[in-house]
Amino acid sequence: MNSATGYEIKLDSFEGPLDLLLHLVVQHEMDIYDIPIVHITEQYLFYLEQMEAHNIDVASEFLLMAATLLHIKSKMLLPALHTERDDELEIDPRVELVHRLLEYQRYKDGAQQLDEYPQLERDVFSRPENAEQNLAGGIATTDATGEVGLFELVQALRSVLARVVEPQYHEVYVTDFSVVEAGQRLRALLAGREHLPFNDCFSALPRRLEIVVMFIAVLEFVKLQQCKIVQFNPHGIIYIYPVQTDKNNPEGHGQEI
Amino acid sequence: MNVVKLKSRLEAVLFASDEPLKMERLQAIFEVERDQLRLVLHELTVDYAQDGRGVLLQEIAGGFQLRTRPEYAPWVLKLNRSRRTCFSKAATETLAIIAYRQPVTRAEIEYLRGVESGGVVRMLMEKQLIKVVGKKDAPGKPALYGTAKYFLEYFGLNDLSGLPNLQEFTAPDDVALSLEMDFDN
Repeated sequence: MNSATGYEIKLDSFEGPLDLLLHLVVQHEMDIYDIPIVHITEQYLFYLEQMEAHNIDVASEFLLMAATLLHIKSKMLLPALHTERDDELEIDPRVELVHRLLEYQRYKDGAQQLDEYPQLERDVFSRPENAEQNLAGGIATTDATGEVGLFELVQALRSVLARVVEPQYHEVYVTDFSVVEAGQRLRALLAGREHLPFNDCFSALPRRLEIVVMFIAVLEFVKLQQCKIVQFNPHGIIYIYPVQTDKNNPEGHGQEI
Repeated sequence: MNVVKLKSRLEAVLFASDEPLKMERLQAIFEVERDQLRLVLHELTVDYAQDGRGVLLQEIAGGFQLRTRPEYAPWVLKLNRSRRTCFSKAATETLAIIAYRQPVTRAEIEYLRGVESGGVVRMLMEKQLIKVVGKKDAPGKPALYGTAKYFLEYFGLNDLSGLPNLQEFTAPDDVALSLEMDFDN
């Protein structure tokens, strides 16, 4: 593809303008503390042209950097005003860019080293989540780790919704499934149980709307502190634990909602 | 309880656990002195570290956990219980910045990387590798990000001091100074 230009260019392999600039500095063996700004600007713009020639959308960040380079170049072309030498030291317009490049280089190296660390589920493995064991321990022992993140909860809802295949034809129906009813159903499901896997709340609910109503009911229960939503491990199964309700009013069906 | 017995019991518990077990938790299980537990944990670690073993006992996120050795990943992966997950360059870069600079705002990450990073940050949040650790006292109260506990588990670190050392960065003043001198020439 780039044989026509005679340059071996991997256009898409740069993470951003800083990555590209670093590449140019190394490739042309420039001194990073004394970057020849004219040279690097030329090279940089050449790359952008190549990207455009290959119909690659040049991200705005790359254009912003081009403008920055040109700005620095123009500043350096202007004669420095030496009114009184000791008054104020002239600041090299390249300083900020050099800082950013050096900083970026550090994190790039750090990222590379970090990537070489053995990673869980890539290089090393531990025992996968054992739900039964956690449940036997009960909710009390895992207070510290049981918190469910919002992302996880939404993801779980998404995965339940993904199971629903909506019919293609347009159907108008009136749903009679209210949040109150969903609450009653949830209470029935939880009755006598120590815990309930999140997905099981939605069994026998074929419609998307009903699933959403049930989800709202679950959130209502949490708000009313009638149940807790617990997840023992990142990416693990989410459980619903009923909270022991007031002994005086064990039959408080639905009204609370 | 004698050491041999404690050692095998400890091994059984570590084998059965699906998360790193903290000292306190182990103490609660075995009801022995911390020092004794430490000693036996150390012995087990040394045992596993010998050649010819398939697993290692490691200190992860402040707890102890048995993990397979990295060199046996190809076979474990054949168990097909999980997809091999790999991060993009952008994700590792962002993760590194957050790990070293935390707490850090998205704007700071984007300045350091030179590119928009909202999508990557969101992805790392979803994977629970990072979390919001606070709000910066600046206009708009931007969220401050830091690494989450799962980050340590993911990279097999006991704490953040286990991160690779960043090469020393010349102090800003020195850079300015050296540039100044060049300029004068």
